[in-house]
Amino acid sequence: MTETTTTLMAYDEALVRFEPVLGIETHVELGTASKMFCGCPTVFGGAPNTQVCPVCLGLPGALPVANAQAIESTIRIGLALNCSIAEWCRFARKNYFYPDMPKNFQISQYDEPLCFDGYLDVEVDGKVHRVGIERVHLEEDTGKSTHMGGATGRIHGADYSIVDYNRAGIPLVEIVTKPIEGTDSLAPEVAKAYATELRELMRALGVSDVRMEEGSMRCDVNVSLMPRGSSEWGTRTETKNVNSLRSVERSVRHEIERQAAVLAAGGRIVQETRHFHEDTGATTSGRSKEEAQDYRYFPEPDLVPIAPARSFVEELKATLPELPSVKRARLMAEWSVSALDMEAMYNADAVDLVEATVAAGAPAADARKWWMGELARRANESGTALAELAITPAQVARVTELVASGALNDKLARQVFEGVLAGEGSPDEVVAARGLQIVNDEGELSAIIDQVIADNADAADKVRNGKVAAVGALVGGVMKASRGKADAGRARELLLEKLGVTG
Amino acid sequence: MSAITRDEVAHLARLSRLALSDDELDHFATQLDDIIGAVARVAEVAAEDVPPSSHALPLTNVFRADEVRPSLTPEQALSGAPAVEDDRFRVPRILGEEA
Repeated sequence: MTETTTTLMAYDEALVRFEPVLGIETHVELGTASKMFCGCPTVFGGAPNTQVCPVCLGLPGALPVANAQAIESTIRIGLALNCSIAEWCRFARKNYFYPDMPKNFQISQYDEPLCFDGYLDVEVDGKVHRVGIERVHLEEDTGKSTHMGGATGRIHGADYSIVDYNRAGIPLVEIVTKPIEGTDSLAPEVAKAYATELRELMRALGVSDVRMEEGSMRCDVNVSLMPRGSSEWGTRTETKNVNSLRSVERSVRHEIERQAAVLAAGGRIVQETRHFHEDTGATTSGRSKEEAQDYRYFPEPDLVPIAPARSFVEELKATLPELPSVKRARLMAEWSVSALDMEAMYNADAVDLVEATVAAGAPAADARKWWMGELARRANESGTALAELAITPAQVARVTELVASGALNDKLARQVFEGVLAGEGSPDEVVAARGLQIVNDEGELSAIIDQVIADNADAADKVRNGKVAAVGALVGGVMKASRGKADAGRARELLLEKLGVTG
Repeated sequence: MSAITRDEVAHLARLSRLALSDDELDHFATQLDDIIGAVARVAEVAAEDVPPSSHALPLTNVFRADEVRPSLTPEQALSGAPAVEDDRFRVPRILGEEA
């Protein structure tokens, strides 16, 4: 709390003088039904201490048993990241005193990770960066502390803390990159692209809901700088619990600017944990790591070794989904969209929805238009995720079909969406209940047009005298009189015909 | 055989949050040294063909199915807690003033 104002060096200047090296540790909570070593549920947001038992509370005599699904998911993650899978490995106890773990140790893995030595390719500005994966290991999540007293709710200055152990023991996979070199000025973008690709991969594997805002995926970002021309890495800092993709990018950029200023002024970087602040985009000093943590790891005596049979690993390999990068390239080709449009769809979490809508029979362009336009707007207005809207891809496909057949126009389609979202039933039910069919009855349309011509004699005369552009106002009148249900194109034709002008 | 030093015991005591007196540090240093010496004798009989082991039973892959079982009630879970607030375990200040 005694941190003085941070001096930053302009990013471009920092990159002229220094070369960044990154390392990213990502924690992913697996989406298993039960915890890692006991049968307590893992649902997010339960009332405090309602999802705990003697095992995850570390009560005397309680014994852990590993969750088979979690082991399987971890191996699948390792395979998707091109890792080798250990033939034999053990859990280890990581000993530390901190109230977030009631046992005073965390069951983790130490020098025998389940998966190791892989890579993930990420693309930035059309260039592929291969990010090496050091290891993927399995451990258990910690409880959630709330710090009481003090002004900020932070641990610093708190009088005491209260702890909810619902999260303690949820299976947590830690994915550690090798040092990422050679990214140069793209370091922040590569870091973000890696986190994004990893999140998409977890989603494709179906192993986690990877909701960064709920903490089911969190990144710790290591950054160090070395002077240009040097081959020796600088001292790194580790920015903890960076909880959005954008924050991954911002925290790297900020650390580069901060460390460059310190180094340029002749200072030295302290190896420490830092905290990222969403509001300012800055990091502040946390616990110093200079006094090396002494976790006294030793093999967990209560759990026997894991020895995945090679045949089992091969079976799991066969369950791997299409990789997100491959899928992205395929969809771009199939839907004829640009990389930019594709990225917009990913950012809006619309890709799966558009894909399902296309699968339900809609043309890709229409599916994309509605999800990224009207439906995105409505989701935004109501503050819900696109996927949470009360409409299915099949229903969206049905609306596009009704538009294509001429039964609806875009304006009416928007009203159908409104009705479906309001719970008025399927698109066809909304069309029927709200009477939204386009007026195709020529007699009815003709009557409306006659009335509009009579009511707008001036405009009608202009058209008769050859000023065809004036027909727009009359078409508008017809649409208004029909409450949007007329086919505007047909109305225009009939108007011109009646006014003696051939269109 | 390496002797356990007093400093090592003091370090362990600090990690374990145990307050030991000077007499106790000396006492435990000797005791721990004896214990480690006794255990180390295993190495004398372990031949080249005996791999190091951490478990007494030659078992691997003992797993449970991913099935939810009933948890404790919050009342049961918190019944042994020295202090409770808002259905949570209340613990003393985590970081000291200097942190």
